[in-house]
Amino acid sequence: MPDSRERILGNLRRSLRRGGDGDAASAAVRARLAEHRANTIPARATELDRDGRIRLFQAMAEEVAATVAHVTSLDDVPDAVADYLARHNLPSDMVVTEDPELAPIPWERRPTLALRPGVATGADLVGVTGAFAAVAETGTLMLVSGPGMATRNNFLPDNHIVVLRADQIVPSYEEGWERLRALKTLTDGKFTMPRTVNFVTGPSRTADIELKIELGAHGPRRLHIVIVDDTPSD
Amino acid sequence: MQATSHEFKANAHKALGDRNLQAALGILKRDFPGRRAAAVDRLPEFEQLRDEGRAIKNHTLAHLDLYLEAFEQKVTSLGGQVHWAADAAEARDQILAICRAAGARTVTKGKSMISEEIALNDHLEKNGIEPVETDLGEYIIQLRHETPSHIIGPAIHLVKEQVADTFRDAHTHLDPARPLSEPRQLCDEARALLRPKFLAADVGITGANFLVAETGSSIIVTNEGNGDLTQNLTRVHIVITSIEKMVPTLEDVSTLLRLLARSATGQEFSTYTTVSSGPRRPGDADGPEEYHVVLLDNGRSAMLGTEFQDMLRCIRCGACYNHCPVYGTVGGHAYGWVYGGPMGSVLTPQLVGVEEAGNLPNASTFCGRCESVCPMKIPLPKMMRHWREREFERHLQPPVYRAGLAAWSWLARNPPLYRLATEIGAAVLGWAGRSRGRFRALPLAQGWTNGRDLPAPEGKTFMALWAERQKRAR
Repeated sequence: MPDSRERILGNLRRSLRRGGDGDAASAAVRARLAEHRANTIPARATELDRDGRIRLFQAMAEEVAATVAHVTSLDDVPDAVADYLARHNLPSDMVVTEDPELAPIPWERRPTLALRPGVATGADLVGVTGAFAAVAETGTLMLVSGPGMATRNNFLPDNHIVVLRADQIVPSYEEGWERLRALKTLTDGKFTMPRTVNFVTGPSRTADIELKIELGAHGPRRLHIVIVDDTPSD
Repeated sequence: MQATSHEFKANAHKALGDRNLQAALGILKRDFPGRRAAAVDRLPEFEQLRDEGRAIKNHTLAHLDLYLEAFEQKVTSLGGQVHWAADAAEARDQILAICRAAGARTVTKGKSMISEEIALNDHLEKNGIEPVETDLGEYIIQLRHETPSHIIGPAIHLVKEQVADTFRDAHTHLDPARPLSEPRQLCDEARALLRPKFLAADVGITGANFLVAETGSSIIVTNEGNGDLTQNLTRVHIVITSIEKMVPTLEDVSTLLRLLARSATGQEFSTYTTVSSGPRRPGDADGPEEYHVVLLDNGRSAMLGTEFQDMLRCIRCGACYNHCPVYGTVGGHAYGWVYGGPMGSVLTPQLVGVEEAGNLPNASTFCGRCESVCPMKIPLPKMMRHWREREFERHLQPPVYRAGLAAWSWLARNPPLYRLATEIGAAVLGWAGRSRGRFRALPLAQGWTNGRDLPAPEGKTFMALWAERQKRAR
């Protein structure tokens, strides 16, 4: 509807008294978009060292009812996952995203685990995904869509298990954006936003009835994060 | 939605006698302010972020034409489509056309206040398309044929027993004797019923908390994950949003996100913040094949450059509702339209006319709590005053009210006479009320005494005391 487009933009220009300043205003907008400067980033996470960031991420994630396990190598992930499933009486069938980061995991070490690589359906009770990054400030995972990485795997299974490398934990959302921009620059020369970026902070919840917080509204009822740290401090 | 804001006084009166509503509002007043205060106390930079947030929005509004064009260009380059809607009717028709082109029979929906503003569900139903609200609160009020009573908690006016009754009435295929006394059971029932709806829907409609010009993205913030299932499992994703949701960059939106959840629910961050940009890419494992953004104006462009421009900074957190003594007493439905609380008292007269909604900016104690908790520092009381001025200028109040104001104004412009009148008034009232110290009823002041006693003056007027004090000081 070009008519309404012109009408709305015309109204805005009139209201803003856009006249001879058009070029200067355009330049200001272009500069701001190109520069994408960070505003104040809370000191809570930025002043921490690597171990401090990992600890803060875990504390914040646990505060919102996520659970966290630590392993020192991808080789130990099958044990960590199998233990978690056993502890919660969950079936050993899982859908696993085809994330290259997860490819080296030797799942065969726990032969009882029944893996199905690919896209989750409504029937999957357990899903395993990687993550693009994690934000220590609020215990937030940053997950990105792409080939092999279905967004719905973060939402459909009742139990979401995320395998996260300790080095993926960044202080702030801003650092997460910078990492995302850098990654895309390496692959095709210019930054293209992925279709979906999910920030996930704990399992699904609602407080729509009498403000009482209940977990598992529509998304996962449980969120379990396995942190893989091959250079732990202790 | 047909506004009934002109009936505010009758609506409010009814609300005061509604015991369920008063119980539900009691929970809101008990929980929300404390949760917000705790979250704010935990973040030393909160005040600084508020100032920066305000500056980001002010900058964006001053360049809104340019950012909208940049956003459109980016969405188009990603393979999405932008639709411009001057008013509610146009937005409804555009969405219906997209749904029809997709051959849609059912549409799942994430929570969207703009969808309420344009009364989208009625329009879809009338045209044979079934809209399914998936946010738990929205689902409940859809079953009850009600409107949202709060921008972040649509069913906040209900107690759990009412929700249980609603579910028993609507879900007749389930065992009537099933236990539904706890929110947990209600939540599980809704989850189980809505899951197949998500999987079967043809089109998913969400709102947007923010639009990002830099990347052509729309952002939704939810706790339930319903908005994600809505947009990911369907072939077509429609974003219905309004032009002032724009923000320049991902860094800017990060600042606003730090303010939003803390102000709204007291959470450090909402459970799901989802950034959606265009349709699925070649090779992507999933995602919608079509991505449409419907940009609604509906009177907003006319607010720019007026004394109401600051209202366009609003990020719809609901903090002003949660801290408002008027909202906390009468609830959201009394306001008679989509938006309630202090922000509704400012926005509704703009969107439906001050003739219809003139009561709302008058329903304020001017205590100022709304402005003090607003993450965008919107001067809400000042703007309510502007509406009162406009109402007066347009001669919209009853003659008695105007005559009273005119008499007072004449008196106030004659200070000696004003002082004399108040001294006589204070003396007479003080004498008449000397035994009880208060009045249960008073001629010409029933508006006050119907609800509470009026204290009797205990001595001289303020002006008289002040004059004596000045004399003593000399």
